[in-house]
Amino acid sequence: MARVLVGVKRVVDYAVKIRVKPDKSGVVTDGVKHSMNPFDEIAVEEAIRLKEKKFASEVVAVTCGPTQNQETLRTALAMGADRGIHVEIPAADYPKVGPLHVSKILAKLAQKEEAGLIIVGKQAIDDDCNQTAQMTASFLDWPQGTFASELKLEGDKLTVVREIDGGLETIELKMPAVVSADLRLNEPRYATLPNIMKAKKKKVDKLSPSDLGVEIATNIEVLEVSDPPVRDAGMKVENTEELISKLKEAGLV
Amino acid sequence: MGLYSLNVLVSNTMRYQRLYFQQFIPAVALQASQRQMLLQSNARETVLTSHQRSASFARDLAAGKLNMKWICPYPTLKTEDDLKELNQLSDTVAKFFSEKVDSTKMDREANFDPAVIEGLKDMGLFGTQIPEEYGGLGLSNVQYARVLEEVSTDGAITVMLAAHQAIGLKGILIAGNKEQKEKYLPRLATGEWIAAFCLTEPSSGSDAASIQTRATLSEDGKTWLLNGEKIWITNGGFADIMTVFAKTQVEEANGELKDKVTAFIVERTFGGVTSGNPEDKLGIRASNTCSVNFENTPVPAENVLGEVGGGFKIAMKILNSGRFSMGSSVAGQLKRMLATVTEHATTRTQFGRKLSEFGIIQDKIFDMTLKIYAAESMAYMTAGQMDILDENGDPPDCSIEAAMVKIYSSEAAWSCGSECLQILGGLGYMKDMPYERMLRDARILLIFEGTNEILRLYVALSMMQYAGAKLQQRLKLAKQGDGRERWTAIMDLFREYMRVESSTKFLPNRSFGLTAPHATKTWLHDSMVNSGKMIEANVDSFRKRVYLNLRKYGKKIQDEQLVLKTFADIAINIYAMSAVLGRCNKAKILSLRNCDHEKLIATAFIKKTYKENLVLLESLLDPYPFDCKEESKRVCDAIMEERRYLCSHPLEVVHRYQEHPKYLEHLERIKLLRE
Repeated sequence: MARVLVGVKRVVDYAVKIRVKPDKSGVVTDGVKHSMNPFDEIAVEEAIRLKEKKFASEVVAVTCGPTQNQETLRTALAMGADRGIHVEIPAADYPKVGPLHVSKILAKLAQKEEAGLIIVGKQAIDDDCNQTAQMTASFLDWPQGTFASELKLEGDKLTVVREIDGGLETIELKMPAVVSADLRLNEPRYATLPNIMKAKKKKVDKLSPSDLGVEIATNIEVLEVSDPPVRDAGMKVENTEELISKLKEAGLV
Repeated sequence: MGLYSLNVLVSNTMRYQRLYFQQFIPAVALQASQRQMLLQSNARETVLTSHQRSASFARDLAAGKLNMKWICPYPTLKTEDDLKELNQLSDTVAKFFSEKVDSTKMDREANFDPAVIEGLKDMGLFGTQIPEEYGGLGLSNVQYARVLEEVSTDGAITVMLAAHQAIGLKGILIAGNKEQKEKYLPRLATGEWIAAFCLTEPSSGSDAASIQTRATLSEDGKTWLLNGEKIWITNGGFADIMTVFAKTQVEEANGELKDKVTAFIVERTFGGVTSGNPEDKLGIRASNTCSVNFENTPVPAENVLGEVGGGFKIAMKILNSGRFSMGSSVAGQLKRMLATVTEHATTRTQFGRKLSEFGIIQDKIFDMTLKIYAAESMAYMTAGQMDILDENGDPPDCSIEAAMVKIYSSEAAWSCGSECLQILGGLGYMKDMPYERMLRDARILLIFEGTNEILRLYVALSMMQYAGAKLQQRLKLAKQGDGRERWTAIMDLFREYMRVESSTKFLPNRSFGLTAPHATKTWLHDSMVNSGKMIEANVDSFRKRVYLNLRKYGKKIQDEQLVLKTFADIAINIYAMSAVLGRCNKAKILSLRNCDHEKLIATAFIKKTYKENLVLLESLLDPYPFDCKEESKRVCDAIMEERRYLCSHPLEVVHRYQEHPKYLEHLERIKLLRE
């Protein structure tokens, strides 16, 4: 039975109205409601289901970030993860951290914890990078099943149904492997109140990136973050003649 | 010692040394800034530590004292981790309610969605206050109040859960023995069994002691036979375990046989239990309310809750213990309504301007914000005090304060709900919008769990009783006490006389110490001092009126319901102001987020309520030139006599000795009824 490593990220809650900071350096995050990345919730749910079906021996939740990330870890523990690992990155360095660093960290942790399966969300809703799973697999030289909408584990064979542009693709992977969860993989459970209270007793290990030999240095610099342009109002036309005349007026035909 | 070195000393010594010095330095000797620093540092410590429990706020108020231990420190959780965990609990509940609960649909169909109920059971919301050893969450009163803030998104679910755990199984928690707890609590905690509270009968609503359901003991003393009808029982249609109150014959110490109320744990499976059809209600329509009939239901003797004949006390304890939570659940719902209403007001345009720019709309929003702030502050202050157990591990008696919270929050819910609907105008009236449902759901709050009228009488009478008893005791001691007691009693009476009869300010006030020169004991942030003074002024006048009216009416004050109502209203206002002050004080001293915004709310609330109290206090004076008691009595007597409106029609111009035949019929009918 495999040990499953699940990566969770703390992001701005999906329901919050995002506002750009006045200096255009990023998005307002102070005092704004944060929660676990929805795709990561799906990943945690899948890991726990694997454990309940006795395909996994232990579910370890991992997060990389400042102290506030502990809450996200707690949610994962409340959903049923057995223990947590918090890779602490000071708040000042956090903006520099990207999928490259996280995947290096996950790779090192997978080797350290002797994990057989890594499940992460397909992308985070704040940066939409969609890179971590792929990079992690590459660092570990493990097979990857991304955009998973169905997962089946038999022995050391993993069958993944992937959602791709053309439809659905079914692949077979040999464990150990990396999987990224897509929307329709499952519906995450609500953490029950007793489990939330039990979560505080579960073990959480604290590490720093340097403990794992990972350097937080980036070659990417964010130049500007700005609002998308305001959409012009559309216009309804009665028939095709009017459409053509309007297009002619606008000089488009 | 120079003031400079005092400064250094203060900042370098440990907390206990600071306090030590503080006792001996009169406030006048310190400069304002040093005093501020001293107070701030001490206040910060005080605000974050918990004092030992002290007597009831309301009773102390009746004696003319502001119980500082209630106000400062304002209740907080023990650690920051506790707060994080509580927030996680509440956020999960909020998430469930916003995603899975369709209140409009359930209200329309007058039924719960079974999936929602299952979800609530899985979440663990059926056993929030049951101790962990029996499978529940073991939440404290403060935690329970916080979680309820999110549950109140749906009124019917809130009422169903409250009927199950706040009253239905509370009896077992409070008065049950070990066997009863072990037998029933585990399955009640998971929601496998649902509980109900059966007290009300067709002829006994507020007058709970007059119930007629009977339980007779069998010959062998092992079974009670229960017979009677209970009405308006929430969860009555499907509850498995019911706490039923019935009259039983009890032999008194002197051998006399009396009918006293006893509480029983009755299982539906005992037999003879039938439920009527669900009532069609104005609001909380999804919750099940029906009559429950007991026909020779056999109840084993082990199922007596507490003592035979001790049922009434248990009923009152149960009802008192659940009341405070209404404050936080109302505040939670009103906060959500405030968000949606302001969304509307800032987007809707009329007369070329947004609604939010108009003064009357702003006033409505402002009033709502004040009420939310007050209800929240009072609820958590009460819950926090209830969590401080005394030396025996018993919870304190905060029944008067809980009643005050219930009265204030239920009326705030109704009036604010109505104003929200008003802000939306015609749109608010439509069933497409949730406001009409929220208003309908809120209406029951003023009625159940003790009608607001009864609770006002309870608050006022409890306070009068305490004040009266204290006064009597002092008088007795002054006349008959021995040496020192007598001297103390006489001095107390003299002091009271000086306070009540005169308005001399040279006697140090025992509460904030603000109006007297020795202000060393004040924990208030400087910006809140004025508000504190207003509360003190109200308390002072309140004390004077209490004594005035006690002297005027004596024991007959129990029949003066309007006087008692006015006292209750003033007391509730004072409690609200104190809670608001305590909370805002904490916010300012800890520099919480938006604390200046809070200060605006608190200052305005205290100013407004102080003025309201002045008007109410004035009406308690003797003589009061605007008193309408005489007119009221005569008008009501005449109307009740003929059971109709008596004035001649506004358009009437001809004297009519002859009455309309319809009226003569009406008179005949009343005469027959009387005979």
